[in-house]
Amino acid sequence: MAGKDASVLTISPDGPLRGSISTFGALVGSGFRRYTTYRQATIAGTFTNIVFGYVRCYVLLAVAASTLDGRPAGYDTEQLATYVWLGQGLLSVVMLWGWAELAERIRTGDVAADLLRPVPPLMAYLAADLGRAGHGMITRFVPPVLVGALCFPLRLPTRWQTVPLFLLSVLIAVVVSFGCRYLVNATAYWLHDARGPIMFWVLGAGVLGGLYFPLRLLPDWLAVTLWLGTPLPSILQTPLDVAAERDGPGLQLALVALQGCWAVALLALAALVQRRAERRLVVQGG
Amino acid sequence: MGELRAYAALAGAQARSVFSYRSSFVIELVGNVGATVFDVLTVLVLFRATDRIGGFTLPEALLMAGITSAGFALADFVVGNVDRLKTYVRAGTLDAVLVRPLAALPQLLLMDLPIRKLVRVVFGFGVLAVAIGLNDPDWTPARVSLIVLAPLSCAVFMGSIFVISASLAFWWVDSGELGSAFTYGGKDFASYPITVYGPAFRGLFAYALGFAFISYQPALALLGRADPLGLPSWAGFAAPVAAFAVAAVAAGVWRTGIRHYRSTGS
Repeated sequence: MAGKDASVLTISPDGPLRGSISTFGALVGSGFRRYTTYRQATIAGTFTNIVFGYVRCYVLLAVAASTLDGRPAGYDTEQLATYVWLGQGLLSVVMLWGWAELAERIRTGDVAADLLRPVPPLMAYLAADLGRAGHGMITRFVPPVLVGALCFPLRLPTRWQTVPLFLLSVLIAVVVSFGCRYLVNATAYWLHDARGPIMFWVLGAGVLGGLYFPLRLLPDWLAVTLWLGTPLPSILQTPLDVAAERDGPGLQLALVALQGCWAVALLALAALVQRRAERRLVVQGG
Repeated sequence: MGELRAYAALAGAQARSVFSYRSSFVIELVGNVGATVFDVLTVLVLFRATDRIGGFTLPEALLMAGITSAGFALADFVVGNVDRLKTYVRAGTLDAVLVRPLAALPQLLLMDLPIRKLVRVVFGFGVLAVAIGLNDPDWTPARVSLIVLAPLSCAVFMGSIFVISASLAFWWVDSGELGSAFTYGGKDFASYPITVYGPAFRGLFAYALGFAFISYQPALALLGRADPLGLPSWAGFAAPVAAFAVAAVAAGVWRTGIRHYRSTGS
């Protein structure tokens, strides 16, 4: 019995850090693969995004055509078209619409199975969501951008850092959106039915995230308040402003940094809420 | 008579179940009206940047948005539930509906009585009333009848679009959000003067699918403005015709679809 003790076997022989990284990677991969099976829904959703892209793009271009300088809220027409079409693509990558998976598992009691796994639920769901977003980047982001580029003049980046900064901004946006969705879903630990909070999230994220109109069209004080006071502009407006090069290089970088702060704060808050919830969770079912 | 009593019983049961979860009901009520509030807010925000969109001022654009909001909210209230058809087809729940001795469509609509959508209808007509007040059109008997007919025709039109896009599920269960392109997309399309759209996109949505006739043309007729796109002024009064045409198509698609339905089998 030499060398054996009563400690629990670790799954990963290479040490805890490498183990958790490879577990995280495997979960990302499975999140990706899961969405590759929803092929028809992906096509249907992309078609809908493209129709909305046409409507929003034409309306914003008409606004630009009738302003004196042709630059409403500081965007020229190419920047507006970029804003709309990249937005229609990112919409499903950051999953601006409802996500009720966790809330549903809490309501039915299935969440008990998540708690038994050796990975904290927050990390497991984050990994799966990053995999989903990666799949979305390929299937949901590219087609609307291609259609937009064919039908409208889009803005090509003029600075070398715009593309890497945009990709980083999208990654952070997914994390921010995930943090918000996780918190909204976690209300089900206390409320049992999170439909109300999810409904408010969908409503608020669409308008205050910058999907309906660029937030820069609002009075300055309101736009700044929203940016600093809520995570919502960090979900869609920031990556789009980065891609459209709406601001100078300094402000561009600062907006992404602000996004990063929101991502860290939301994940920390979600972890705290999860710990609190686990202490009081009574699994439903019989 | 017995049939009516059966429908009333279905509706009553739904009403009781809705009111037994009071806070959920209030939250859904607020959330629902919020969606239309934000639609109108978007129009107002866009007009902060300019005084004209597509050649129309804010009150004129608001009239188009108002007709669309009122009609859409009414359509969504009455037949919006048909959206859930794809869930019923997928799960095979539609079988239970079909074996009952009542028509399938009214039953589906009453399977979830959307009282929560009522405030939205009131808000939609409120926007329309404000828009009419701001424009202060010259009232002729024709215009008075049009202001009644326009939102109702819009509601019939949008309701038919709801039924057609939901019927897709009979052939394509995974149609997912495809229908939203025409229901919610059509609503967004018709909320703005159609002069803003490019010729090909406008030709398809406004004239081929008919979305021009639910709010843009009636609004022009109410305002007494000539159509910059060249249609005569009586085109505004074509709204009921367009609505009936789409309703006839919807009825045909629904009938064909429900005959085509084969249960899930397991």
